[in-house]
Amino acid sequence: MDRLLTLENQGKLKTSTMNRSVRKLSANMLALVGLALFLLILTASIAAPLISSYEPNAIDLKHRLSPPGETHLLGTDQIGRDIFTRILYGGRISMFVGLGSAIGAALIGVSLGTYAGYTRGVLDSAVMKLSEIMMSFPQIILVSILVTIAGQSLWNLILIFILTGWPSMYRMTRSQMLSIREQEYIQALQAFGIGSFTISFKHMLPNAIGPIFVNITLSTAMFILQEAALSFLGLGVPLEQATWGNILNVAQDLNILRNAWWVWLPVGVVITLFVMSVNFIGDGLRDAADPTQVG
Amino acid sequence: MSDTREILMKVEDLKTYFPVRKGVFKRTAGYVKALDGVDLEIYRGETLGIVGESGCGKTTLGKSVLRLHTPNGGKVHYAFPDGMRNILELKGSELDEARRRLQIVFQDPYSSLNPSFTIFGSFDDPLRKFGVKSKKDRQKIVEKLLSDVNLPGDYMTRYPNEFSGGQRQRIGIARALSVDPELIVCDEAVSALDVSIQAQVLKLLRRLQSERNLTYLFITHDLSVVEYVADRIAVMYLGKVVELADTEELFRRTLHPYTQALLSAIPIADITKRKKRIPLQGDVPSPVNPPSGCTFHPRCAFATEKCRELSPQLETFTFEGREHLVRCHYALDVTSRTQVSQ
Amino acid sequence: MKQDTIVEVKDLCVNFYTNQRCNKALREVSFSIRKARTLCIVGESGCGKSVTANSIMQLLPDLGRIESGTITYHGEDETVHIEKLPRNGRKMRSLRGEHIAMIFQDPMTALNPVFSVGYQIEEMIREHLELSHSRSSELAVKLLKDMGVPLPEQRVREYPHQYSGGMRQRAMIAMAMACAPKVLIADEPTTALDVTIQAQIFELMLALKEEKQMAILLITHDMGVVAELADDVAVMYMGNIVESGTAEQVMSSPSHPYTRALLDSIPVLGRGKAQNLEPIRGTTPDPYNRPAGCQFEPRCDYATELCRRQMPTEESVNASDREEKPHMVRCFNYKELTHV
Repeated sequence: MDRLLTLENQGKLKTSTMNRSVRKLSANMLALVGLALFLLILTASIAAPLISSYEPNAIDLKHRLSPPGETHLLGTDQIGRDIFTRILYGGRISMFVGLGSAIGAALIGVSLGTYAGYTRGVLDSAVMKLSEIMMSFPQIILVSILVTIAGQSLWNLILIFILTGWPSMYRMTRSQMLSIREQEYIQALQAFGIGSFTISFKHMLPNAIGPIFVNITLSTAMFILQEAALSFLGLGVPLEQATWGNILNVAQDLNILRNAWWVWLPVGVVITLFVMSVNFIGDGLRDAADPTQVG
Repeated sequence: MSDTREILMKVEDLKTYFPVRKGVFKRTAGYVKALDGVDLEIYRGETLGIVGESGCGKTTLGKSVLRLHTPNGGKVHYAFPDGMRNILELKGSELDEARRRLQIVFQDPYSSLNPSFTIFGSFDDPLRKFGVKSKKDRQKIVEKLLSDVNLPGDYMTRYPNEFSGGQRQRIGIARALSVDPELIVCDEAVSALDVSIQAQVLKLLRRLQSERNLTYLFITHDLSVVEYVADRIAVMYLGKVVELADTEELFRRTLHPYTQALLSAIPIADITKRKKRIPLQGDVPSPVNPPSGCTFHPRCAFATEKCRELSPQLETFTFEGREHLVRCHYALDVTSRTQVSQ
Repeated sequence: MKQDTIVEVKDLCVNFYTNQRCNKALREVSFSIRKARTLCIVGESGCGKSVTANSIMQLLPDLGRIESGTITYHGEDETVHIEKLPRNGRKMRSLRGEHIAMIFQDPMTALNPVFSVGYQIEEMIREHLELSHSRSSELAVKLLKDMGVPLPEQRVREYPHQYSGGMRQRAMIAMAMACAPKVLIADEPTTALDVTIQAQIFELMLALKEEKQMAILLITHDMGVVAELADDVAVMYMGNIVESGTAEQVMSSPSHPYTRALLDSIPVLGRGKAQNLEPIRGTTPDPYNRPAGCQFEPRCDYATELCRRQMPTEESVNASDREEKPHMVRCFNYKELTHV
């Protein structure tokens, strides 16, 4: 405190004109580390062809299960595919599933939450009940059923994630709307007779967008984890397409688990790092947007 | 002075109840009788003050008249060019026309403007709805409105968080004026402002009233403020009007025991006027379970058996040609009262 | 220094710190709280009146600090320098509640919703007085009764949400009075209450003042309250006391431009529509970008070059009159006003 006092007395301090949220975020070390890590993994996956000359699905039975070395950076799996390449290309699918599901769930959940949260009434009660039903459904059962009926596919997985993911986005948006609708500027619009759609989507939603955004980032991480779990069990994306979860699938084999650590461990680490970095970013965003925190 | 003034709005037996929901299934356990039969007339060009304490229904009255709450009973007649119509029954474009003529200024300057929009953004949709098609025209109108409330036009590109409470309140007034209304409900419009800023906004409201021939329904709990702005004052208690008279008349010849207690309870910022208090015992009762008969009787120093059983009507008396309405069985029984000293 | 001064604040300076800046919230604030007298500190939002009250109780937030000045408590057999005490040390905690008590603005949040009112009062009693369980329960009921809460035996077991606003404030006052403190600090105690309830609470406070010869420090923004209740007044603006004296002196002959302007800008009950309200021009400055000299100078009609450069010193309006209590004003040009 004394340091601040002397500086203040010398007239050296000025109130920062930078947007408070940006300022808080940039000061958050963890969030920055998370951001760096996230960008690293993202660019690596996108630039996969530039980084690795191997094909992710190129089978090379001669060199199956070779440990990390000069030719294969992270070794090969049980049919000779290069692990490092598969991780890079797999990241694309995993991130696509994660982000795609999060955005899909958000589109449905946020739209419903915005309109129903403002208008209340029958629509709101009905959707609430529906969301409660959907939330109590165990996801695994849904996945198994759908896989049995429609077969395994990337799009089926995304569909299921959206179906099970929209309720929480809906409820979160709705609770934001419930508090915003009591604000006087909303009542002013009602006094002008402005319509419900305009009020809820144009005027209320921008004020709720902060927490929604944070939720999307955190959902992405969650869906990636779920995809990994399901693919590990063999219920996720078909095994031909490389995803992080698929690569993990082989760890079911006790032999590989014990003797060929390079097949499953690096993938596990990458998933962990990626989810952690997204969580750090999400935490940072949340703290930055929180008006009750000092500074 | 017989009234040659034009009646702009006539509120008849207005009732607004809010259901109280209890239990898992949200059954309706009772009703908060926020407005329990309000009768009022508002004349064009005047400022009618509505005063009362918490739970009396004054804010609900302001909002019900604008249909921001949906009343459960009664009528609100408004003088349109082609005759008196009941606002509560209007629909579609007729309702829009009513909305244009009746506007509101809110209490809390920190929630009356959308923090994500520029100042212009807060004016955009209403202006567009009421026919101003080109953006340039809208901008010109906003510029003029801002200067009417003594703010520079280029403020319209800024965000609300850059402004003080007093400035925000003025912007809120400008917004209410944007559609050229006839009647403005001021719902505790200065209560949240610093004491020295209140004067600024009050004087602005007065000036705008004379420039634009506006009519104000001025809702407040502060009797010192209402004495300054209002031509007539209505005192509310538990959802009903208990006294209504010209401002000077109300202060000089206070007839209802509640109004008397209210006036004597207010601290006056004049050290030469330390006065005798008429203490009012007990708390303001809950609007869910109002007392029987005259709802004020449990706290009234003059209550009798009749007051406990029979609810008094709002009666009209005339003093020196001016109307004075009181809801009390013993309104003229002045000998048993102590008047509020000047 | 008078015999009956219980708390003496002299040249108090308090700063608030954020991550980047330092706000000099109180600057050289001086006043005395006297026995059986009500001192009102009046000012608008942001002037520092709540900070002053919190400083006396050492209840400033973590990022606030008493930089200099003294707060002296003159007890029955001791003199304590409050500013030197550690914030939550034993001495300070024994002072709080027992010698100096405080009640707050919002009775709903000042009482803990999960404990019964009786429990909270008894907690206070047991902390300071060594009474048995049954004796402290008795005392709690008696206090509620003395404060005008009907059916105290029943009410003592109820929870805050079952009380009305006025009753909660009475319960708070009961808690404050439990140990018969010498000073009661009331920080805007009735701002959240209806006017008729406010009148009841003030009557209660006045009765307590008379009965227990207690000193009251009342923080308010309402000049009406000052006129009705105050024996002594201190007017605050942006961290300074700009004028102080008895209520009679300050309200009848306001000598500081701010006091004068403030009184001219508020509607007074009884003066009707014809009163000429003059709003104070300009706005309160950003606390982080304060004027270099007198804080009121940018808005003052009597300001001179000196006012812009230097903070005015405390001057006495009635120096010649030795009989009277001192009427202090912090202004270089106060003499101009008396001619108006």
